[in-house]
Amino acid sequence: MHKTFPFSAIVGQDQMKRSMILTAIDPTIGGVLVFGDRGTGKSTAVRALAALLPKIYVIDGCPINSEFAKDVPDWAQNVSKKSVQRQTPVVDLPLGVSEDRVTGALDIERALTKGEKAFQPGLLALANRGYLYIDEVNLLEDHIVDLLLDVAQSGENLVEREGLSIRHAAKFVLVGSGNPEEGELRPQLLDRFGLSVEVTSPTNIEERVSVIERRDAFERNPKRFIGKWASEEEAVRERILAARSALKSIKSPKKILRDCADLCVNLGADGLRGELTLLRAGRALAAYEGAAALERRHLSEIAQLALSHRLRRDPLDEAGSGARVQRAVCEILG
Amino acid sequence: MTSGQYIWMQVHLALQLLALDPQGLKGVVFRARAGPVRDALLSLIHKLAGPTTKLHPNMSDEQFFGGVDVVATLANGHLTKTTGLLHRSGWFELTMAERTPLQTAARFCQALDQGLISPFVALDEGVEDETLPTLLKERLAFHFDLSELHHSETDLDLFESTEITKAALASASDMRTLTILAQSFGIYSLRAPILALNVAKANAAANVRTSVEAEDLEIGAKMVFPSRATLIPQAADDQDPPPPPEESAEETAEANKNGVSAKYLELPNELLIEAVNALLPLDFLEILKLQKSRAKTTGIGFGMQTKSKTRGRPKPPRKGKLDAQNRIDIVATLRAAAPLQTIRRSQINTNRQVLIYPDDILIKRYETRSERVIIFAVDASGSAALARLSEAKGAVELLLGQAYARRDQVALVGFRNAQADILLPPTRSLVQTKRRLAELPGGGGTPFAIGIKTAAELAQKCAAQGKTPMIVILTDGRANIALDGTHDRGTAMENAHQMARYIASLGLRSVIMDVGNRPNQALSHVARDMQARYFALPRADALCISNTVGAELYT
Repeated sequence: MHKTFPFSAIVGQDQMKRSMILTAIDPTIGGVLVFGDRGTGKSTAVRALAALLPKIYVIDGCPINSEFAKDVPDWAQNVSKKSVQRQTPVVDLPLGVSEDRVTGALDIERALTKGEKAFQPGLLALANRGYLYIDEVNLLEDHIVDLLLDVAQSGENLVEREGLSIRHAAKFVLVGSGNPEEGELRPQLLDRFGLSVEVTSPTNIEERVSVIERRDAFERNPKRFIGKWASEEEAVRERILAARSALKSIKSPKKILRDCADLCVNLGADGLRGELTLLRAGRALAAYEGAAALERRHLSEIAQLALSHRLRRDPLDEAGSGARVQRAVCEILG
Repeated sequence: MTSGQYIWMQVHLALQLLALDPQGLKGVVFRARAGPVRDALLSLIHKLAGPTTKLHPNMSDEQFFGGVDVVATLANGHLTKTTGLLHRSGWFELTMAERTPLQTAARFCQALDQGLISPFVALDEGVEDETLPTLLKERLAFHFDLSELHHSETDLDLFESTEITKAALASASDMRTLTILAQSFGIYSLRAPILALNVAKANAAANVRTSVEAEDLEIGAKMVFPSRATLIPQAADDQDPPPPPEESAEETAEANKNGVSAKYLELPNELLIEAVNALLPLDFLEILKLQKSRAKTTGIGFGMQTKSKTRGRPKPPRKGKLDAQNRIDIVATLRAAAPLQTIRRSQINTNRQVLIYPDDILIKRYETRSERVIIFAVDASGSAALARLSEAKGAVELLLGQAYARRDQVALVGFRNAQADILLPPTRSLVQTKRRLAELPGGGGTPFAIGIKTAAELAQKCAAQGKTPMIVILTDGRANIALDGTHDRGTAMENAHQMARYIASLGLRSVIMDVGNRPNQALSHVARDMQARYFALPRADALCISNTVGAELYT
């Protein structure tokens, strides 16, 4: 299989990297959407994330990566009682995927050969407690999108078919990437992503040159390149772990909560999800930076990530929603 | 050597390099219509690559990725899967590449990124601006346009077998040179310099060199950049050399101080620029302009894709209930039921051959082009408009006749004083249109921005219903009423520009017809903001308007 390019070796694209790290600290932030130009390393970053993430404990052989024996579904077979350390799953949802493959379906092999009715888990089961990555998310077939919307919302996958009735946990962080020129996303799906990042090609020559250099070094000798970056990767991983444990003790003063609400009202962001995401992402950032409490500067740093995709399009504003968020941030947070 | 022979040599080189480094170079796009040149090309490819795996844009996912082979599974007693075409090895050949839908192209791209389907040869038979999706094209290193080649120029055959022992290395300054060069031609995707670098490395390896030299860099730049360029670098002014002026000049000075990249300084950057420049098509600027104006509106003369249950291109079947609108996919249904036969037979006592339950039923699905709606926004202001108004009315009636034959719908928006009204919601009814048109009054100010806004809103509503809207605006462009209804010429024009950009940002197709007595410069600027086609038709009559719009719509 292909070796993955190290996350910390990605040049620039700080917003994209930051938003992915934030979801690793607090998965309840709810996913990242990366939209932007061609050839800016969107896919590279997501695939790199998998190698960066801290390992998780799972029951050996559990099809939905349960942490505790009591969570293992009763239809699972060949499950041991042992707990083992695994990579956080990052599951690729390819565009040509069938509905059966996503939700899971009747195990055809066993039905054909033994005449048994058994459930074969799908990608949603594999992605439980991990990440589900959709490249070119704006080109995904509508019926698959509908299915994902429902599961991403409820955190539970329900399969009712071929006389099977199966229900299992499917909590995952949704990561989507795409190029807006190829099609827009439905607002319902947009809303399911906690953070959205717009990436552009770097224009700075130095930055561009180092992208090429690192890519070349990686392609020439992946093993050595990965080895060279191992300590940096480890440092980020440690920081994520530290932030995770610090997250609970981050204080969020009333005043800051009011700021969140003010921002969202000022921007006319639909629903309360904006405030919640802003708050969660802000706290995750505070934890990552080692602060004791959520502060205004954290909010202003992540406001654009958390809010820009939740605004109605304004025909009279040509600067785009990102600039509108920045303006509101300046106005309210000073 | 003729230019055709030169291209043919480049084709040879490209194929050879591609065979050397399929992972790094991914593939090649050939633009050629069916004919002797294309035949010569194909035989060349087959000679080099042996039999290729042929792909077609309309193949189904199961053909691409494989699936369960029910017959074999039942026969063998264990799960047997068919191998998808994309999992084969060797060369891949995509015919009719210009017909590739975005979704299919995205699947190819994912496979390319995973290193599955290279070398990938895309045969683009497109005419005019018909071509394969950019996301796919961008990943393939080489783009060749063979449409100007004569078949007598293709008799050259220079294959030499090269044996590569060792990959060539590129230095940091080589990478810098290519990166800067790419940027100076306005190529912002970072894939391009990487591809050029890989071409250079492959070329060095082909010439049994262990490191990339100036000659290899030139070939890399010449073979990758010209087709991707979006601007021509500023001609080097006498003394100040490389194009992205300040920055690179500074970098150079800095690098010089550190003594790091002496080689970079010696490299003939200007020569490289010249080399790439020489390969840009002669009508490069024209092509660029065309690409920009058509950036968001490909697929002229077609509606957008939509799902259909009765006709169009087949899509994978889905589970569903049988009713009046759905048709059963019998083969797929039988295949879905096959695995369950053993279980079912053990559950009920029957001697029927096949047991099919409602759960098994799969419905046929197709993809078709959606209906189009042509929205006419007609300026009904002022007394002078009265004459034109009747022309516009006539044109709408004529177009309606055409549209009726083509299953398009027509809507009518009139704007005057401080308001715009939808005089006719999308319809195909001739009678109704004639009646509403006759009732359309004239006179008053010109609320141009309000008119555009109303048309845009109607267009969005149509798009939400799965139709493909297109806006045709007939006006003299002398706006004097602002978006908020106040009389203010300045604000009115400013608002019109804002709304025009709004339409452009929505990606709506639009046409502006200047029906004033004299062409209005300001109006053509609005059209530019709208990314609309602009036609100045002073004293246009109904037939003329109808012909022009018809030509824009139906070509």
